Amino acid sequence: MGRKDKLVQMQTGADGLLSIPALLERNVEKFGKSPAYREKEFGIWQSWSWIETSKEVEALALGLINLGVSEGDFIAVIGRNRPYLYWSIVAAQMVGAVPVPMYHDANAEEMAFVMGHCGARFAIVADQEQVDKVIEVQDQLHQFEHLIYLDPRGLRKYDHSHLHEFTHVQDQGRAAHDEFIEDLKARRAKLDYDSTCVMLYTSGTTGRPKGVVLSNRNIIETAKSSSEFDDLRRGDEVLAYLPMAWVGDFIFSIGQAYWTGFCVNCPESAETLMADLREIGPTYYFAPPRVFETQLTSVMIRMEDAGKLKKRMFDYYMEHARKVGMDILDGNPVGVWDRWKYSLGNLFVYGPLKNMLGFSRVRVGYTAGEAIGPEIFSFYRSLGINLKQLYGQTEATVFITAQPDGQVRADTVGVTCPGVELRIADSGEVFYRSPGVFVEYFNNPESTADTKDSEGWVATGDAGFIEESSGHLRIIDRAKDVGKMASGAMFAPKYVENKLKFYPDILEAVVFGNGRENCVAFINIDLTAVGNWAERNNIAYASYQELAGHPRVLDTIQEHVEAVNQSVAEDSMLSGCQIHRFVVLHKELDADDGEMTRTRKVRRRIVEEKFADIIGALYDGSSQISTVTEVTYEDGRKGSISATLDIRDAALVAVTQKMAAE
Amino acid sequence: MKDMDEGYITEDGRKIGGVVMEMKNITLRFGGVVAIKDISFDIREGEVRAIIGPNGAGKSSMLNVISGFYVPQEGEVWFHGAARPKMRPYEVAQQGIARTFQNIALFEGMSVLDNVMTGRLTQMKAGLFSQAIWKGKAEAEETANREIAEKIIDFLEIQAIRKTPVGRLPYGLKKRVELARALAAEPKLLLLDEPMAGMNVEEKEDMSRFILDVNDEFGTTIALIEHDMGVVMDLSDRVVVMDYGKKIGDGTPDEVRNNQDVIDAYLGVAHD
Repeated sequence: MGRKDKLVQMQTGADGLLSIPALLERNVEKFGKSPAYREKEFGIWQSWSWIETSKEVEALALGLINLGVSEGDFIAVIGRNRPYLYWSIVAAQMVGAVPVPMYHDANAEEMAFVMGHCGARFAIVADQEQVDKVIEVQDQLHQFEHLIYLDPRGLRKYDHSHLHEFTHVQDQGRAAHDEFIEDLKARRAKLDYDSTCVMLYTSGTTGRPKGVVLSNRNIIETAKSSSEFDDLRRGDEVLAYLPMAWVGDFIFSIGQAYWTGFCVNCPESAETLMADLREIGPTYYFAPPRVFETQLTSVMIRMEDAGKLKKRMFDYYMEHARKVGMDILDGNPVGVWDRWKYSLGNLFVYGPLKNMLGFSRVRVGYTAGEAIGPEIFSFYRSLGINLKQLYGQTEATVFITAQPDGQVRADTVGVTCPGVELRIADSGEVFYRSPGVFVEYFNNPESTADTKDSEGWVATGDAGFIEESSGHLRIIDRAKDVGKMASGAMFAPKYVENKLKFYPDILEAVVFGNGRENCVAFINIDLTAVGNWAERNNIAYASYQELAGHPRVLDTIQEHVEAVNQSVAEDSMLSGCQIHRFVVLHKELDADDGEMTRTRKVRRRIVEEKFADIIGALYDGSSQISTVTEVTYEDGRKGSISATLDIRDAALVAVTQKMAAE
Repeated sequence: MKDMDEGYITEDGRKIGGVVMEMKNITLRFGGVVAIKDISFDIREGEVRAIIGPNGAGKSSMLNVISGFYVPQEGEVWFHGAARPKMRPYEVAQQGIARTFQNIALFEGMSVLDNVMTGRLTQMKAGLFSQAIWKGKAEAEETANREIAEKIIDFLEIQAIRKTPVGRLPYGLKKRVELARALAAEPKLLLLDEPMAGMNVEEKEDMSRFILDVNDEFGTTIALIEHDMGVVMDLSDRVVVMDYGKKIGDGTPDEVRNNQDVIDAYLGVAHD
């Protein structure tokens, strides 16, 4: 294809397909009978072909018109990943409305903010839990009209004047087919490349969530180029389990799925996820680092409990995999003997392990959202799983950089994706420009102007640099989190936190030290890993708090902190970030308490304010601190926990030699 | 309220139907011990009926009379308008009565799914030969029954433990599996013997939710015994109170709560 043709295509849309509903139509024509969605329900994988999907979506779209949805309306979609909710998104687009997927675990207040901000008139939700939340905040939402739910359970007695069951809406749509079909066709025909495809609210590490408006151009261009980048194809399988409100899920389960026509599989429930993963065996898999960490932790725990022979085999072959596995995966030269040993390992350990994890068929796996611990990353890659990193954000429709096959490393995030331009500002902040760049923040021109300049360059808010030897981008930390210590040395908390979090015992860590003499850390233990260890060592505990404060747990954590100090000291740029003192927190940092975002990123500033007394104690040299913390329970009630926490000093590694060299 | 043969409307607007089961002057003795003394009450279609009382009041005995396990020396049990003859447990089950037990009675070595499927046994008609070669009727029957079992598994949200052996489950989940097995029989009348015993607050809340949902969704009539007063008062439409084998109160939770005999039985009173 010549350059001129490409230009034409950019203007008219990829092959004249200007919207998701148009892609749906194409898929029905081209491969209508192949599976589009699967969901496990009643113990069986139910599936829908593209033809069936299109019928379901159309019935719903007609039903929505019947309910009075007009073009430009906002429709909130709230619930776990289910085919019905994906159809709702497409049906909303079809009638000219804007779908707004929301986090299903958001509390009523957060929900009220988002729905009030976009002025949603309709909501399509999963079940009674979500219905209750919407009803709770309904009074604050004067524009709100109709609520549609999927699962009728427990809702029979509710007032149904503005409440509708999903299937009824579809039935009414089918019944009114002749009346509304022309209207629907007209609305669908009006969708063009610049009409809004979806609005996604950012999780908001700082302040209120912002509504990111993404156009059909953003979604389809990105889906197209990224599918080509990784050679995604129709026969691929993905498991849709990440929050529907997250841009990643939208691009994988709608953008790329509709572009390439692969099948989206929805798990039965959150608890059955691992079993469902194994049954489906996805070929294209995406997970934030935390999921890989959790899986690695559970593998390690189970190996601790395994018999001697199995344990020794596991250790022996994993050692070998660490040595040659990544080279084999990348196609680098590896000796015949090592290859033979690796294939034996594959037979005895790697194969069965991958099968257990549901990764036997993974052709392309991605992790993003946060930096992944290098050890976790190489664990999966050495098993022969093609796990890669990508760097992106909602405002870019995910893709900024990604790692091409064969050029994968733990400490970089890859080269620019097709169509993306990258620029590093003098401050170190990373800027990008691409067809995926968002249209605007909804109703927020100031923030839009702050983030995106007139030439279309977008500030990522991350500090990084392009490695000269490889041309890969390396991200150091959030630009606003990178600071200077009192001594003038660079302070990059995430770098140290990630090293800490590699230990299965440590779930979360927050390092402080900006503008200070030295660094201190908060640590959350991982209840699964530490609980299992306690069980094996006959340590009795009654609560999370008690376990977290146990002296032997503190000893273990201290060992980890000191090992991290050792490794931090080796990096000449960041050796000042060694941890002098630390405390193991008495509660898990939680999104319900505002300490984390719904995508589980730590809100540093809030944590700093909330636990100011503990930070004070870490710096003033005291060995204990009594504190009272407010907590929010899942049902929204508030309570408080009080605790006396031990503060420990960690041994440091001298870096005099390097200091002298500077 | 009780005069109306057609039933009544509950506070939350549910319509309760006619009498399904009636206890007429039941007396049950074990040797010289009188466990139940001249008790009469009825259970109406679609209601949640609780039997409460202090330890040793005869609640479980009463439930065993309802389930047909004990045959009272005096009095009659009327079911669907006819006096019930002496029956074997499976005959009771075939009449549409299912129960759970105070101290869980599941098959520990079998998976949750298999346990739930045992609740369908009364509905399976295929002969031994057909079952053994797994062809024709047996296969179709199992498919149909599995579907019902799966709907109940979904309803009680135990999908994640579908294939887990029951012996490995914690107590609260076992209770839920037992409820699932009872529901698998698609009972008209469900008897629950202390469904919340030994549970923590969260598990109790879950279980209460499920009991109400069962009643709401399937229209199942439920008779339950329970110690936790908060639970009883929240769940039930009408309550029978027993003490030393006698009935000392019968009515809505509010009526029972204000009944002096009931207060005395629970709080204790000086006997003169």
